[in-house]
Amino acid sequence: MRFLPHTEADIDAMLAAVGCKDLAALFDDIPADCRPAQPLHLPPGLSEWALNRHMENLAAETATGPGYDIFLGAGSYDHYIPETVQQLLRRGELATAYTPYQPEVSQGTLQAIYEYQTLTARLLGMEAANASVYDGASALAEALLMAVRITKRRLVAISRAIHPHYRHVVATYLRPTGLDIIELPYGPDGRTDLNPLDDAREPAAVAVQSPNFFGCIEDLAAAAEAAHGDPATLLVAAFTEPLAFGLYPSPGALGADIVCGEGQSLGIARSFGGPGLGMFACRNAHLRAMPGRLVGKTVDADGRRGFVLTLATREQHIRRERATSNICTNQGLCATAAAMYMASLGGTGIRALARLNYDKAGYLQTALRNAGVALPFSAPVFNEFVMQLPPGSEAVYRRLLERRIVAGLPLAPFYPELADHYLLCVTETTDKAALDRLVAEVSS
Amino acid sequence: MKDIEELQFPDDVRYSKDHEWARPEGDLFVVGISDYAQDQLGDIVFVELPETGRELQQNEEFGSVESVKAVSELFAPLAGTVMEVNGALDDAPEKVNQEPYSDGWMMKIKPADKADFEALMDRDAYLAMLKG
Amino acid sequence: MNDKVRKPSAEPLLWEMGARGRLAFSLPERDVPEHPLDPALAGEGPDFPDLSEPEIVRHYTRLSQWNMAVDTTMYPLGSCTMKYNPKTNDRQAALPGIAGAHPLLPPPLSQGLLRLMFELEQFLAAITGLPAVTLQPAAGAQGELTGMLIFHAYHGDQGRRRTKILIPDTAHGTNPASATLCGFTAVAVPSGPDGILEPEAVARRMDADTAGIMVTNPNTLGLFESHIREVADIVHAKGGLVYADGANMNAVMGQVDMGAMGVDVLHLNLHKTFSTPHGGGGPGAGPVCVSAALAPYLPVPRVVLTADGFTWSDDFPRTIGRLHAFYGNFGILVRAYSYILSLGADLTRISPLAVLNANYIRAGLRNHYHLPYDRPCMHECVFSDKHQQAHKVTALDIAKRLIDFGFHPPTIYFPLVVPGALMIEPTETETKETLDRFIAAMQAIAAEAVEDPERLRQAPLHAHRRRLDEVQAARKPCLTG
Repeated sequence: MRFLPHTEADIDAMLAAVGCKDLAALFDDIPADCRPAQPLHLPPGLSEWALNRHMENLAAETATGPGYDIFLGAGSYDHYIPETVQQLLRRGELATAYTPYQPEVSQGTLQAIYEYQTLTARLLGMEAANASVYDGASALAEALLMAVRITKRRLVAISRAIHPHYRHVVATYLRPTGLDIIELPYGPDGRTDLNPLDDAREPAAVAVQSPNFFGCIEDLAAAAEAAHGDPATLLVAAFTEPLAFGLYPSPGALGADIVCGEGQSLGIARSFGGPGLGMFACRNAHLRAMPGRLVGKTVDADGRRGFVLTLATREQHIRRERATSNICTNQGLCATAAAMYMASLGGTGIRALARLNYDKAGYLQTALRNAGVALPFSAPVFNEFVMQLPPGSEAVYRRLLERRIVAGLPLAPFYPELADHYLLCVTETTDKAALDRLVAEVSS
Repeated sequence: MKDIEELQFPDDVRYSKDHEWARPEGDLFVVGISDYAQDQLGDIVFVELPETGRELQQNEEFGSVESVKAVSELFAPLAGTVMEVNGALDDAPEKVNQEPYSDGWMMKIKPADKADFEALMDRDAYLAMLKG
Repeated sequence: MNDKVRKPSAEPLLWEMGARGRLAFSLPERDVPEHPLDPALAGEGPDFPDLSEPEIVRHYTRLSQWNMAVDTTMYPLGSCTMKYNPKTNDRQAALPGIAGAHPLLPPPLSQGLLRLMFELEQFLAAITGLPAVTLQPAAGAQGELTGMLIFHAYHGDQGRRRTKILIPDTAHGTNPASATLCGFTAVAVPSGPDGILEPEAVARRMDADTAGIMVTNPNTLGLFESHIREVADIVHAKGGLVYADGANMNAVMGQVDMGAMGVDVLHLNLHKTFSTPHGGGGPGAGPVCVSAALAPYLPVPRVVLTADGFTWSDDFPRTIGRLHAFYGNFGILVRAYSYILSLGADLTRISPLAVLNANYIRAGLRNHYHLPYDRPCMHECVFSDKHQQAHKVTALDIAKRLIDFGFHPPTIYFPLVVPGALMIEPTETETKETLDRFIAAMQAIAAEAVEDPERLRQAPLHAHRRRLDEVQAARKPCLTG
């Protein structure tokens, strides 16, 4: 087997050095009652060629562009990933290193993460960002637990316009803690209705997502004002589409205290939903309550600039049961990809790309409306929005599938009151012809 | 780390088994950690102190000190109310390393029972414990 | 010429390079008109530097050259299983039908991917002896959390809230942290004089308020917990459950049956045992395998096979819920699946060779370094700096000096039960020649500790950076530029 270098002669020489008669004797400490009743049976290994064929066959069953027009977003976005990002990320020196515990031989990873933290803080309008957590959903759960630690309160308020899967993850993380969750409904314009906050008793956090699950831009300034009506309450701003901050103001600029979300849009393949990137940022005042790894700048013994993991005393390997989180491994390579992508776009590029996403979604909105399709929510959007088809729309959806068009995400499974509602997403990768085809099909 | 002979143990304070010290100051007691404790911890990078007004039981945890790779809890050598904490340690935690019995003090406490202080170890008893 | 000028200079930070108006991105052609935007809603956009493509490529290529990695050298970081990461796995994960797959595609349009997950679950079940599997946890620590959520839900269904959990003093720090998230108080169980758990120590602590035990087997001393079956019986007799941290599965694949051992829940680290690249700290994947009795608690959605093919199901009323926005780190699952298919039946050769390599190092160094538990080890061996301390040389100094010999240091100061620990895990993919060079380097360092200890305290002398000031970094955190 080509990954295993040992020759028979190597094995014999090593067994002699170790003082074992054969390989089986290495496992003499394992009692009989721990051993498998039957030897592990696996099929013979595949050659590299055969493996390629097998994997290509599996992959070929997936619907992807260009054969399909897929108008799906909902937390996973089709943005073009520059070849440079894809190739640089494959460098073994980056991909096959581990957590930079030994900074003298990990400056590449450390500087890359420091740059990621910086660009993330700038994108989100915050003072500090960590080296990433697993994904947007667990980032939100961690943010709420962080707010509970800071405020020592037992209640969190969560917008119902946050991604339903994220809310499910939050409920899962919080269930054993006994913390209370109240849900804020969405209003007729598709944005969160903040009024129920007036009756909430001392929430640790108010969490909203912008753009929200319906693609609507929330009024974060109003949410901050409502949350901060109680000075201890923290506003947690979540997101699934960070590219929006190339066009709209950052959550930090609008008053958020903790900003967290999914960074897949920033140069990371959709890969059937993972690995993605949990982006996480806060204000300096709350730094020591933040979960996850942090890279800081320092100097070496000769006074030269260098980078190290820092503030590690918050983490599980030191504080154990009193850590800010149990997180250990994060999404280091995905964070590096996001930094490469943000740097490739630059300030000029991200504005242009964000505007193009907005314009394409706007074009499709206008065309659908002109064709008589209802767009129920009036709030401004970025690159996603909801369309409402006449009752019985399942047949239309199926017909479009047969024509290789995935006409968005049906919302009824997530919001029973939204039968015949579909969440559509348009990015820079969708050309005008595909948009026109969709309009023609749904209105025919 | 230094040998015990190289460390300072003033005799105007009393010591707890957890290596905190207390010194009377008017109606209050000043509390910090001993030279031995700071030496064991190494370079201190952060000190977490309680809010003023908090009521502490004797031996209750009142905060923590952090070095780069360790966290140690602080335990109140005597019961009472926290009247003041040393805010200067926020920006200069190294004072605990440099001057553990003066600038590196941590809090001032109004004792619930001054007898708690008498029950702490004097210099000789503390040294005997360290040399155990 | 000033000496400092000649040393490699710092690589500029991204924002110390570039010029406004440069672009390293190929913007698509605009084929739609501008859509009106309320100027009151628009933001300023982030303060990013503008760079060209050559600047980006050179920057990251240079940065990469300052890393040690599995692809450049032996990386014997104990407990992390830094084995070779086959390149073919990355190729499979990058296939357009995999990397380009949207997670919310209707199942008929993603059958191959669902099949892959279904088959990977079956492989992991066969390898562990535990019949039901979730692939959702994004890392080992999230797998532990999943396990603890299952413990919590199971005991809730038994009508008894349990508040404590037993954790041996050799455990990974993630164990107590994960248990705490589920409201369990960690109760430490000291290991016995031979470095393994003693059933009596567990029996004394196990009671009806204790949810169960979290065991790492082989443990972090690299020793097999040979009383595990008895420990499991004690825990089960009091209504508790047994959690196994499978971080060290690379030692025992094909050698043990976790179900037979009495394990109820186990997490695997695909980035360790199943060779997916560590990525400078993730992404990993932490699938959880459970007994049939606990299968109803696994996270949703689950892949199920129906007459119409594979599909997703949420219909598991006792599920703990959901841990990930979608299905976990799918790209990592693809690599592990590809690894298992590449090895096939040869998978059972991994553990014997990993254990052989570790014991070969143990034999080569036992006369040079203190071996706190002097008995045959599994996939890793734990030495300490006890002999070198006489010369005021620490585990840290030894680790840093190893860099000068061209090796990544082992894990140091862990497990906590061994003061000054040096935890060495070579993995099965290192050749005998490399191990011989490593042993020779460690022997040379042991000699240097006696003859020239100051050299060790100054090490590394030949790395991109000398020792870094971690105290300054922590006292005055500078996390962004």
